[in-house]
Amino acid sequence: MKKFFAILLTLAMALSLAACGGNETAEEPAGSETGTEEPAEETAALSGTVNTNGSTSMEDVMGSLKEAFEAEHGDVTIQYTGSGSGAGITGAQEGTCDIGLASRDLKEDETGVKQITVAKDGIAIIVNPANPVSDLTIEQIAALATGETANWSEVGGDDAQVVFMGREAGSGTRDGFESITGTEDACKYQNEYTSTGEVVAGVAANPNAIGYASLSAVEGDETVKVLTVGGVAPSEETVLDGSYAIQRNFNFIISDSKELSPAAQAFVDWATSADASDLIAGAGAVPVA
Amino acid sequence: MNAMKQKLRPMELIMNLLFFICGFIAIVFVLFISIYLIISGIPAIREIGLVDFLFGQEWASTAAEPKFGILPFILTSVYGTCGAIIIGVPVGFMTAVFLAKVASPRLAAVVRPAVDLLAGIPSVVYGLIGMMVLVPAVREAFDLPDGASLFCAIIVLAVMILPSIISVSETALKAVPPEYEEASLALGATHIETVFRVSVPAASSGIAAAVVLGIGRAIGEAMAIIMVAGNVANMPSLFSSVRFLTTAVASEMAYASGLQRQALYSIALVLFIFIMLINIVLNTVLKRKEEG
Repeated sequence: MKKFFAILLTLAMALSLAACGGNETAEEPAGSETGTEEPAEETAALSGTVNTNGSTSMEDVMGSLKEAFEAEHGDVTIQYTGSGSGAGITGAQEGTCDIGLASRDLKEDETGVKQITVAKDGIAIIVNPANPVSDLTIEQIAALATGETANWSEVGGDDAQVVFMGREAGSGTRDGFESITGTEDACKYQNEYTSTGEVVAGVAANPNAIGYASLSAVEGDETVKVLTVGGVAPSEETVLDGSYAIQRNFNFIISDSKELSPAAQAFVDWATSADASDLIAGAGAVPVA
Repeated sequence: MNAMKQKLRPMELIMNLLFFICGFIAIVFVLFISIYLIISGIPAIREIGLVDFLFGQEWASTAAEPKFGILPFILTSVYGTCGAIIIGVPVGFMTAVFLAKVASPRLAAVVRPAVDLLAGIPSVVYGLIGMMVLVPAVREAFDLPDGASLFCAIIVLAVMILPSIISVSETALKAVPPEYEEASLALGATHIETVFRVSVPAASSGIAAAVVLGIGRAIGEAMAIIMVAGNVANMPSLFSSVRFLTTAVASEMAYASGLQRQALYSIALVLFIFIMLINIVLNTVLKRKEEG
């Protein structure tokens, strides 16, 4: 009898383990399947799901694009998952999403995918409204970030210690800020937040704080003061004509090997066309088309 | 009679099997998680080297020459947990004594639901309140450049572990046989003397279990402290911005890739081992309680 139960036990174990394993493997292709499954119809009647995954900085832009595109093509569903630029690129490489979203350019070792720039985003330098400083050069910002300038009085502010706040390692905004200011791996953070909203809240709560955030996230935000950089205020025009120095690209990341579904292709074409410009601008980013 | 027994048997067997499988689900998950963590945590440790990984003082995961030393995280987790215990245990213990032995039933009926409610507050709410109220208050009070620090994390953790310490200690105190206390009172001891000299020693193993449970809760918390601790990989000091084992995993996972991601699994493995050890201690304490 004991033996019988031992056998049953092993069986049950094997079964449940097998069930776990089954789920694991089944999950992967599920994402890509939905995108490629729909029949290849020649005409405008698009349908299916387009999975997009990646940069949290692109959430606002993706939100407006998704809404407008779905309104136009009733049978198409656009899924957006905000997981970060790195995850978006990996997703496009592995085929777990149709379109990866990255708020930075591809690195050299990220192969098998190509990028399509849909918009540009300025990175705003923000301070507390109580701070008298309103203009800094890139060099000054870099010095504040690395701790070389430790007191606000050195750049024309009050006599108070500089508190530099930013994002966690791997964030597209952090990567953008550090590479543009030339402070890679040298920044002395007092606070590393995991979202743009937290950085804004942190700077708003501390009179001696300086931080960086997507321009789209702080435009019209009264709780923080957006600095001019080298005399240029960040805005759509100054980002697009390149006079505002701290800016980056919002990219669609698309697999080289896998063909996009008609719906996904139509979405990419539409998002990069002039038709979507107003929507992108409405979401706070700067359209390139 | 005999025939009925025969009929029942298959049903008995099936039900036994069903219960058995249900009981087994927990084991399967624990096994699965353990094996998964070990398999995905080992490669990075191998690549970095165990000593460099555990005792390295610098963490720069995305630098051109990445460094993966998690000593700052380990120490921060240990200090943070100790701090929370130092503040949380006396308060929690006294509250338990109050509820079990001192308070009038009516007063206890007000305090107890409040404690239960404290246990039910989601950790993200603790974090939010900490970030909006505690961090600026600490900055003002101690005249710091910024308030987000180990100190804030300790305060938040201390409040978070209160409910479990209170409820487990209270249960232990209530389980003390009334004869003990009656004997002590009959010998002329006062009520408070009886509580501290008789009831508390009699409930000591239960109170110890409460403390271990608190440690377990504090060391595993991530959401609340990620919002108040500042999350910079400094070696810990009371008023500097620090990163815990839990928050190290949580804050970088979203954007991690390559060795950085593997190293985060390794951190999770280290945390897992910590919590396993605490659970073993808890089980030993509880077992001793049963025997004693």
